Formats: sequence, C-alpha cells, structure tokens
Amino acid sequence: MPTRSYCLIALLAAWLLAGCGDGVWNNPYRGGDAGANILYSAFAERPKHFDPVQAYSENEYAFIGNIYQPPLQYHYLKRPYELIPYAASDMPKPLYLDAQGNALPEDAPADRVAFSEYVIRIRPGIRYQPHPAFAVDAAGKPVYADLTRERLRGVHTISDFRQQGTRELVAADYVHQIKRLAHPRLHSPILGLMADYIVGLKELAATLQKAAKALPSGAFVDLAPHALEGARVVDRYTYAVRVKGKYPQFLYWLAMPFFSPVPPEVERFYGQPGMAEKNITLDWFPVGTGPYMLTVNNPNRQMVLERNPHYQGAVYPAEGAPDDAEAGRLKDAGNALPFIDKVVFSLEKEQIPYWNKFLQGYFDTSGISSDTFDQAVQFSGQGDVTLSEEMQARGIRLQTSTATSVFYMGFNLLDPAVGGYTEQARKLRQAITIAIDQEEYISIFRNGRGLPAHGPIPPGIFGYREGADGINPHVYDWVEGKPRRKSIEAAKQLLTEAGFPNGRDAKSGQPLLINLDTSQTGPAAKAMLDWYVKQFDKIGVQLVVRATDYNRFQDKLRNGSVQMYFLGWNADYPDPENFMFLLHGPQSKVKIAGENASNYANPEYDKLFDQMKHMPNSPERQVIVDRMVDILRADVPWVWSWFPKDYTLRHGWLYNSKPNKMAHNTLQYLRIDAARRAELRHAWNRPNVWPVILILLIVALSFIPAIQAFRRRERATATQAHATHVAAEAKP
Amino acid sequence: MTSYLIRRAVYGFFILVLVNLLTFALFFFVNSPDDMARAQLGAKRVTADAITKWKQERGYDKPLILNTNSSGAGVVTNTIFFDKSVKLFVFDFGRSDQGRDIGYDIGTRMWASLAIALPVFVVGLLVTVTFALLMTLFRATYVDFWGVVICVAMMSISSLFYIIGGQFVIGKLWSLVPISGYDEGFSAFKFLILPMVIGVLGGIGASTRWYRTIFLEEISKDYVRTARSKGLPELRVLFRHVLQNAMIPILTGVVVVIPTLFLGSLIMESFFSIPGLGSYTIDAIQSQDFAIVRAMVFLGSVLYITGLILTDISYTLADPRVRFE
Repeated sequence: MPTRSYCLIALLAAWLLAGCGDGVWNNPYRGGDAGANILYSAFAERPKHFDPVQAYSENEYAFIGNIYQPPLQYHYLKRPYELIPYAASDMPKPLYLDAQGNALPEDAPADRVAFSEYVIRIRPGIRYQPHPAFAVDAAGKPVYADLTRERLRGVHTISDFRQQGTRELVAADYVHQIKRLAHPRLHSPILGLMADYIVGLKELAATLQKAAKALPSGAFVDLAPHALEGARVVDRYTYAVRVKGKYPQFLYWLAMPFFSPVPPEVERFYGQPGMAEKNITLDWFPVGTGPYMLTVNNPNRQMVLERNPHYQGAVYPAEGAPDDAEAGRLKDAGNALPFIDKVVFSLEKEQIPYWNKFLQGYFDTSGISSDTFDQAVQFSGQGDVTLSEEMQARGIRLQTSTATSVFYMGFNLLDPAVGGYTEQARKLRQAITIAIDQEEYISIFRNGRGLPAHGPIPPGIFGYREGADGINPHVYDWVEGKPRRKSIEAAKQLLTEAGFPNGRDAKSGQPLLINLDTSQTGPAAKAMLDWYVKQFDKIGVQLVVRATDYNRFQDKLRNGSVQMYFLGWNADYPDPENFMFLLHGPQSKVKIAGENASNYANPEYDKLFDQMKHMPNSPERQVIVDRMVDILRADVPWVWSWFPKDYTLRHGWLYNSKPNKMAHNTLQYLRIDAARRAELRHAWNRPNVWPVILILLIVALSFIPAIQAFRRRERATATQAHATHVAAEAKP
Repeated sequence: MTSYLIRRAVYGFFILVLVNLLTFALFFFVNSPDDMARAQLGAKRVTADAITKWKQERGYDKPLILNTNSSGAGVVTNTIFFDKSVKLFVFDFGRSDQGRDIGYDIGTRMWASLAIALPVFVVGLLVTVTFALLMTLFRATYVDFWGVVICVAMMSISSLFYIIGGQFVIGKLWSLVPISGYDEGFSAFKFLILPMVIGVLGGIGASTRWYRTIFLEEISKDYVRTARSKGLPELRVLFRHVLQNAMIPILTGVVVVIPTLFLGSLIMESFFSIPGLGSYTIDAIQSQDFAIVRAMVFLGSVLYITGLILTDISYTLADPRVRFE
C-alpha cells in the first residue's frame, strides 16, 4: 500500500479518536461537553426579535424571558398563577387618582378613577451582564462611544469588542424602555394598546415620529430629550407609571419583557453608524440582568445561554402547589439560582430527528408529535394516560398541563345566513355547535390531548368553572356526574325551529349551505376538514370548505366576508379579560381590525365587560364573568371547541421541571444530573460497526463470480470470446 | 468563442430580466406589501398604524412601477420595482423584511450548502459513473441484470425515505454518526457523513441507469470494436475510450448543476439542520420574507444561466471537434 494511503488512514483514525473521545460516535455535541452542567434543548424556527419592545412570540420569549428582568414575574410552582416581585423589591399597589390628581380610596368605583399610578421600587445592587456598551476607560468614559465605520472594520459580531463592563440597574432604565414602546423605528405590537393607557404615550409616539423624519435615514433617534408624562423616575431605584383609569391588568404587563429595563447607553451603542449593517443590534444581541446571557446567537445552527455572572440573590421557592412536595419539586428550596451553567439550543427543524435524538439522550426534554404519540404514550383501560414501556425503561417522565389557550370555530355575526341575534339565528348556531362532536375531534386529531371547551375561558384562569356548574347547558346535559353532548335529534329540532327542517330553508326549500374559510391546507388538514363536513352532514347542512392562503384568509376576516372560520388565542396573562375581550363589541375586526373576528356585539355583554375588566378577582367578579359566559353560550358567536393539553417528556436526570404557561424565566429553576446523563448516553449509543462490515462483505462477495467470468473472457481466444458474446446477446 | 460567450451572456441577461419581472409580478400582485407587513408584524395586536410605519421604513409605501409624483428619473427609480428588483442586477440584495443584510447571510450560509452539496456531487458522480461502467463491463450477466433491478428500485423510492430511513438505521440503530446537526470547520465532518451517504445513495438509481445507457450506446460503436481488435484490455477500452467519448452527454447533465451547488438542498438541509441556503430559502418562504425569496430566485437564475454557459464551454474541452459559432 502506498505511503500516502497509510497517511490517510492514520488521519482518519486520528479524527475518529478525536471526535469520539467520549466513546460514542453519534454525539452531536463536542466531546468536552460530556458530563458538563449543560441543558440541551432545541429550536425549530429562528426567532425574529430579541428586542424586548418587539418580541411577542413564544419562541422569542424562550430566550429573552431568561435574559431580561421585568419588575414582576410569575411564581414558578404555585397554581393558579401568582404574580410576585422579580426585579421589584415588593408588589406595586396602584394609587387611584381623580381628574384633579386627588387620591382616591382603593375601592373607588372605576368611573371616578381618572388615573392609576404604579410606583415600582427595584432592588438595589442588581447588575447587568458583561457587555461592551458598559466598558469604560480610566477616565470613566465609554470605550465604544464614538465608533466609526473605520474602527468597525474588523468587527463582525459582539464578541469582537474586546472590552466589557457592567453597571447597576437603575429605575431610569425601565422608564427608558417604556419610552421605547413609542420608538418610531421599532414596531412594538403593544403600542396601540398601551397608548390607550399610559399617559402621554400616544403623544410621545407622534413627537418621535416627527423627530425621526427630520433625521437622515437610519440615524440614531435619541429618546433622552423627550419626556413621557406617564413614566417618570422618582429616585435611583424607584419609578412611577401613570395609566388612564383603572387597569388592574397592567400588573400582568409588568411581568412581560415589554417592561424590561434597557439602558440608554446600550441603545446608543447599537445605534452607532455601521452597526446595523453588520447586524449588530439590540434585536440580535440582547443585554439584560436576568439569570442568563446570550453568548452565541447563530440561529442557523445554535444559540447558547450562559449563566450571567452578575445575577445573584434569587433562590428556589420554598412553597408551591399541593403536589409539588410529593413530586420532589421542593427539595431545592432556598438554594441559589440558577442551577445550570449553560443552555444549548440547537437548530432542529424536523420532528423525527428531534425525537430520535431525545431518545438517544441528546435532548433533555421533548414534546410528543402525532407521529411519535403511540410510541411514547398509552391509554389505560380507564382512559388514564401513561408512558409506554419503552419510555419507562429509559426513565423518561411524562408531564401534562392544560394550556392557557383556546381554539374555536367562529361565526361571523355580520353574515346574513349564520349571523344576527334573532332567536332563529341563535338556534341555528346552537344546532351546529351540538352537531360538531368535539370529543371525537380531540380523540382523532389530537390524540386525546385537549379538553372540550364550554366557554371562552380555559382552566387555570379566573372565571373558569369545573363540573356541573361549568357545562354549557345549550350543548351538554349533566348525566351521571359528567357532561354528555346533546343528541343529534336535539340539534335537528333546533335547526327546524331555526327555519331549516332537515337542513333546508322552510320557505324556499333550498339546502342550507355554509362556507368555512380556512388557511389550513395539505393532506392532514384535508382529513380534518372532511371530518367537519361529516359533522355538518349529520344535521343535513352542507359545509363548503373554502381553502385559501393565510393572507387572503386574513383579508376575508378583515372585510367580514367569511361565514365561519378557525382561530385560536394564547393568553398574554392569566385573566379572564384577556379572553373575554375577543368578543368585546368595540374590538370588532371589521370596524377597527380588532381581535373580535366574529364581530360579535351584545350591549349587555359589552357593559359587563367594561365593568369586569376593572375588578380584582373576587366573588363579585366571578358572578359577572358567569353572566357574560351565559350570554355567550346563548348567543353562540363561537363553536366552543377545545383547550389544548400539552404533553411533555423529560429524562429522569432533569429535575424541578414543571410546565408554566405564563412564566418565561423558568430555565433557572431546572437542575441536571449531568453524570447520570453521560452514563446513560454512553450505554444507549454504543456504535454497531458489524452491519456495515457485513454489507460491504456481501457486496464484495457478490462480485467474485462476475470477476471470475470477466477474467475468463479476457483470457479467452477471439473465437471463444465471440461465441460467448453471441450466446449472451441471444439471451432475452 | 468570445463573441459567442458575449452573445450567451446577453441572452442570459434578458432571461434574468424576464425572471425578475415574473417574480416581481408574483410577489407584489399576489401578495400586497400590506400582507408582507402583517406576516412580519405577527398575528396579535397588529394595528393599521404599525403596518403603515413598517411599509414606510422598508420603502414598500412607494408605487409599484411608476411614480407619477416624482419627476425625471425618479418616476422610475423611486418605485418598489427599482428598489427591490433592479438593484438585484448589481447583486445588491438589500435587507430582509426582518432587517438583516441578505448579502451577508448568503455569504455566510453558502459554505454550509457547499460543504454538503460538493461532496455529494463529486462522490455521487464518481460512484454512479463507476457503477455504470461496471454494469457495462459485466453487461448481459447477472451483475448487469440485478444492477438494473436495484437501480429501478432505488429510483422509485422517495428521497424523504432515504433521509428518514438513513437517520434511523445509521444514526439511531447503529449509532455510527449524529442524526443531524452541524459544526464549524473540521468538526463539521462527522455531521456531513450521513447526509453525504444518503445524498449519494439517493442519486445512484437514476444516474447509474442513465450513464449505463450512454455507455452501452457508445460501446457498440466502431472505434470500440477497433480498440478491442487491437487487443486492448476491456477495462482500458471502457475507462479510457468509452468514458472519454461519452463525456458530452454526461457533461450536459453535470456541468449545469455545478454553480447551483451553492444553493444547497431544501429537504436535506432541513432534515439535517444544516444551515445552508436551502434551509434559508425554506425559512424565508415559511416566514413570508419575500425580500429573501426574491434574492434567492434571482441568484438561482443567475447560477443556472452560468451553468448553461459553462456546459457549452465544457463541450469544447471534452471534444475538440465542437466549435462555437
């Protein structure tokens, strides 16, 4: 064998030894990470925004929720969800003021309250993660304050700035961020909403818009000279936010990244000429005071959160929900957070490789897709969900939780056929609601992962009622301790009373045709849509599915040309107001492009909504919510569909995991037994080389007779070869 | 030759203009700038003001093709068409709808695409040509018969099956390589083995059959008979003479692909989480980032036209009898 070949083999062997130092060949991470205190997770889609003023999606919050520190947070373990201080030193209480600025009592009626002022005190001593924007020279001047394109020549990412610094979090940073909601070049999704509440925000947005227009394109918009009437710094650690009227839900917003601190110097640092051209922006490299900091942002491959060295003072909670102690989730009570040093998020776009890598131990948690459901989960004879034997053998644990979300099939109340508020119209909608068997839908298309909805409020949110009190009496009867869907005969009777006996117009004899607009297409959607057609067919109504692309679907919703449609809603915060507003008359999609896509408008409901939204959770509020739900059930603007249930799998080496649909800073509570993980990975991933050797051997052996025949042919005389050739050619 | 190349380049330019017009019409008449704004701003709490501001910032508030409010050249240049499509001709891809520099992203991601596409291309070509030559060598034997049967079977299987099956068998069952992922530099090698094997395997069936047909046609020609009658060994006849003379049809299918290797593979990159231009395009389509999709369609056209011109040039190298006119 030539020397070059030996060298190549030696190189290959060296690579194998170097790359597979931990004894496994299929480890997608670097060998040195084995046994380290690292959590391995994945992301399927590149997050669009990391700027807390813009980010609003779950996949964005999964990162920035652990980086930024808003004044409030949700308790990790307690249910129902409870707000507690985060950067704040205590829970702020609103001070109610009348139009003249006089203080009002806590129980002042909403119509007397002109303003609510929230005074927020933050804990002294909180420090930002290391960042070049805080780097100062010996004279205390920022090192990277006056960068030119020339100085940025060798800079491609944030880590190319050698010097870093930190500073203490101050109240002014929070006020600066509230002003950023009105920034003309950022598009905060909540500007429209907050401009209606925070005093002066609308005016500030208009002023900044003018100021930005006067500047050259792309120039830095300095917010410092522009004051915001509704947000002011009281002292170094205290700031006050003034909102119009009574708005108790404002506290929930204070737990969202929109109200996180952003230091002005950081914004100025990123706003320097040439930075945006190199994609070095706050939207790409966030800067916070939370437990983790983003050290690698390569959404093409991997994103890494590492422990913020300046984060301190947070401890694991000592109390939680009743089952937490039994589940061992209180064992770490009082220990300093975070437990994990580093969280590696790898790009994993497809479910199947994700699942296989989870089974190999290379991801610590996984959801369950419909493809893998039967492999992961089984139902007992009593209908209880348990893990399959294969999962149990691997020490995998299953956690289920009901999401704070609702999925529904809406009617357009402006439509002459299915809309309106007459008794006939209501009965038509009720008949349809009975006919669509949500229990069957959940069983077939969700693998049982859902709860049939009886109203708009999901479990876990104030206002939701369980048991006999919570059923929708227009659709269900309470029989033998559980709800039973009314019969198809009852639906047909309602349809007859609505003027459509057997699904035909009693006057014209024409069949009743209802159009369903949807942006869901593809083979999986086809099965689901066919199922819906069959449900309507049970009462003799013809459902016409009008599949369309997402943009056209949105257009149709906006101009009110749909009859029925599918939509869903994920809660911003755990309050009934965040669900009931989806049917609030002034939120009509057709009128103001609001979130009420059914264009439902009931004066009594609207009045009760205005009353309910200002109230704290109390028995009085529950009474109003109950009445509102009753109105909705009678009017039927939606086919009450289902609340999703999430099934999450985690390996046995991951501790303290508990689904929390509201909190986004949950990584700090998780703990890992990295040694156990390394041991099991090793056991589960021993390379099997023999099948490859066997295949190569079979292929090689199969060629031997052919090679022999070929050699015979090569050695043959011309006459012999010709005879063989003629024989071969003669074969069919 | 030079005048021929110039002529082809001019033709190519006009094809690009047409492609550009067509994609512009598709993107801007089917999806309005309002749709793009809504897609980027998200599904929750999007106001009309936010849409207007988004369009203003990205220049989508201008007229599509003619700006009657402007004067002079501004009538044409102060339009969406000029901003978003004409600038592509100087490879100014602009910024994505999310605000990132598209040129920078393409420059970064094309290496990952190339890291997988190039080995698959080279190894695949070598393997399929070798297999085809072997089948020709053993023609009319059981090797040829079963070779054809296996090729037909392999070309009938979906590429998705190769990917999922390969990940399951090689990555999970045998634990030989990572199921998916990517790394920088030399560490990327272990992630590229599986997609490379699958890419090559997936292409063997169709390509081997195609090359076998070419070689069989070639082997019945007079010069082969002459070579044999001179007493040349069969291996020499095949690998030296037949292969060389069969290059024209091979080059027709092969050279055109070379420039487009930069664009990567949509499915392969997605399943193996390889951060190349294929997954870049898929992501852009999914997130309705039309600035990226436009840039990628344009780049694809440029590379394809380049490939066609390179194919013509390669003919002259493979066969001195071919002359440009």
